[in-house]
Amino acid sequence: MARPKKPAKTSVPEAPTLPKAPTGIQGLDEITGGGLPRGRPTLLCGSAGSGKTMLAAEFLVHGAQEFGEPGVFMMFEESAEELAQNLRSLGVDLDKLQRQRKIVVDHVHIERSEIQETGEYDLEGLFIRLGHAIDTIGATRVVLDTIEALFSGLPNHAVLRAELRRLFRWLKDRGVTAIVTGERGENSLTRFGLEEYVADCVILLDHRIEDQVSTRRLRIVKYRGTEHGTNEYPFLIAKDGISVLPITSMRLDHQASRERVPTGIDGLDDMLGGSGLYRGSSALVSGAPGTGKSSVGASFVDAACARGERALLFAYEESTSQLLRNMASIGLDLEPWCRQGLLRIDASRPTLHGLEQHLVHMYELVREFKPSVVVVDPISNLTMDKGDRLLKPTLMRLIDYLKQQGVTALFTSLTSDLAGDMADSQVGVSSLMDTWILLSNIASNGERTRTLQVLKSRGMAHSHQVREFVMSDHGVDLVDVYLAGDRVLTGTARISQVAQEAAAGELRQRDHQRRMKELGNHRKAIDAQIAALNAQAEERAGEVEFAIERERLAAEGLSARSRAMAQSRDVPPPRPRPAASARKGAK
Amino acid sequence: MSAHKTPAKGKSGGAVHADKPLHEEQPEVAEWQLRLYIAGRTAKSMAAFENLKRVCETHLAGRYSIEIVDLLVNPRLAAGDQILAVPTLVRKFPEPIRKIIGDLSNEERVLVGLDVRPLR
Repeated sequence: MARPKKPAKTSVPEAPTLPKAPTGIQGLDEITGGGLPRGRPTLLCGSAGSGKTMLAAEFLVHGAQEFGEPGVFMMFEESAEELAQNLRSLGVDLDKLQRQRKIVVDHVHIERSEIQETGEYDLEGLFIRLGHAIDTIGATRVVLDTIEALFSGLPNHAVLRAELRRLFRWLKDRGVTAIVTGERGENSLTRFGLEEYVADCVILLDHRIEDQVSTRRLRIVKYRGTEHGTNEYPFLIAKDGISVLPITSMRLDHQASRERVPTGIDGLDDMLGGSGLYRGSSALVSGAPGTGKSSVGASFVDAACARGERALLFAYEESTSQLLRNMASIGLDLEPWCRQGLLRIDASRPTLHGLEQHLVHMYELVREFKPSVVVVDPISNLTMDKGDRLLKPTLMRLIDYLKQQGVTALFTSLTSDLAGDMADSQVGVSSLMDTWILLSNIASNGERTRTLQVLKSRGMAHSHQVREFVMSDHGVDLVDVYLAGDRVLTGTARISQVAQEAAAGELRQRDHQRRMKELGNHRKAIDAQIAALNAQAEERAGEVEFAIERERLAAEGLSARSRAMAQSRDVPPPRPRPAASARKGAK
Repeated sequence: MSAHKTPAKGKSGGAVHADKPLHEEQPEVAEWQLRLYIAGRTAKSMAAFENLKRVCETHLAGRYSIEIVDLLVNPRLAAGDQILAVPTLVRKFPEPIRKIIGDLSNEERVLVGLDVRPLR
């Protein structure tokens, strides 16, 4: 019972995660969750021209340059000079790396015609060479490209197979991270069945032509002891090396910004809650031909550059100079931005690459240029006639990538003019977008007017109105919606309605003035009447006073007469009037 | 690929083994310059050396030199002659270079490999 205890102890894994050696290749480390299994061999297989050597070489070069891991490149097919040339095209100076003792290149060449075989032998010479190369620079990375060449050089395959098995074990024992390349076989991963020796990690490269457009793809067939992306990932051998598109392996874990990015069209900003799109969100502008999609895109770019941000515009319909000219005609002068390096326009025909290649190309540019705003005009052209099947995953990858980078993206999409499938054809793509702006033409009354509406905009209050979209020689703007009764008026109808209402307003104003005047006159008349009545009343009052006075005087005269009469008769004055008599006496 | 190297070495003839302090012997500038690569004194390499000596003594007596290179001692020499298999016999001179891999147990094949006409 003591026995099972011991193995149980030793079988406990030392670390929960497998140690990995980063390849430094854009995207590959993300798919593999950090790189290739450290200290173990990885089999890289693919048909001729699928990029095996390039990937392996990049693995070594990145290791030597960025991760402080010197490497040995043992070549069985290419010569050292050829490899150096290939790497030079990617901007890597292999000679310098060799001088710095960061990389050792050993070209193993066997000429079958030079070799006779007699009796027993082994491949100790190869081991010694490799061991010596590893020891001289303390290499931790090794590439064997393509070891299968030995099968054509050495007649005895039984010995060779035994020795290969020993070699892979030996590589593991030395603890070097190795890439062994192998030619793709008919029914197996490699022509000579190398996969049976290398069991830890197998990566398959593929080069396919579909509709006359070639696409390179990479797939991790097996990666023992670790989780990894299992899809086929397109990759590109671009100017600065291989980049793999890992996007479908990404989770939706980007940070959502609350910051807003103005669209460059004030009216549209107003419709989008007053301040434009969220930074890092993606917007779709769809519409029939001639509805002004490109102009919206150009306005967006122009606004970004005016804020001093970098903008990247992918044009798939117009050349750069055509685009500049056309946008200048509506007052968007993009040329200064180009000169200042704020704006980069990448114009190409969509047929130049396959969809994935385009995507990789976009990636490269975004990575290199680091724009804060990207416009793709239009995405619908990218598919040609292959339909939306590929467009959606590709766009998803692109959008995810842009979101990760916090880049605000605007995609335009051409829809057919038929109202019916205008929305239908975009449904697949629109679900990926945060904001969907629909441009449409309304033809009525003998004219065509452009309208704009926001179909959706995630996470913000937005206007549900249809606005009229006008392009003039000073840019693009939206005209306030004109409601007449229950109708929205655009174009000439709007203008005539405005004129009509203006005329009606004038008339009303005159009427008001007239009525005010009338009222004034009326008031004056009344005032005059009041004055006349007042005068009349005063006249009457005067008459009354006069009459009263006269009566009083008459009464006084009477009493004075009677007193005088009494005096003259010497009759004492009646008692109740002493005062009067005294007064009279004083008088 | 190593063919471009050999003319230079071929011209300097005896210098080939003069600049390499190795174990074996024989005339100054030999008509047949052979080099045997081994990796340690294993049974296979010893057998190869014995077999080679026998063949040479039989067919090339007095006209050959054998240089033995032990890759365990001088690993950097393996790349020069493109050695993978051990033991490997390299005919440095006369040109062109020829290689015979294995323990040289089959005399006939060794002769064919070296392009030596058997004497007897």
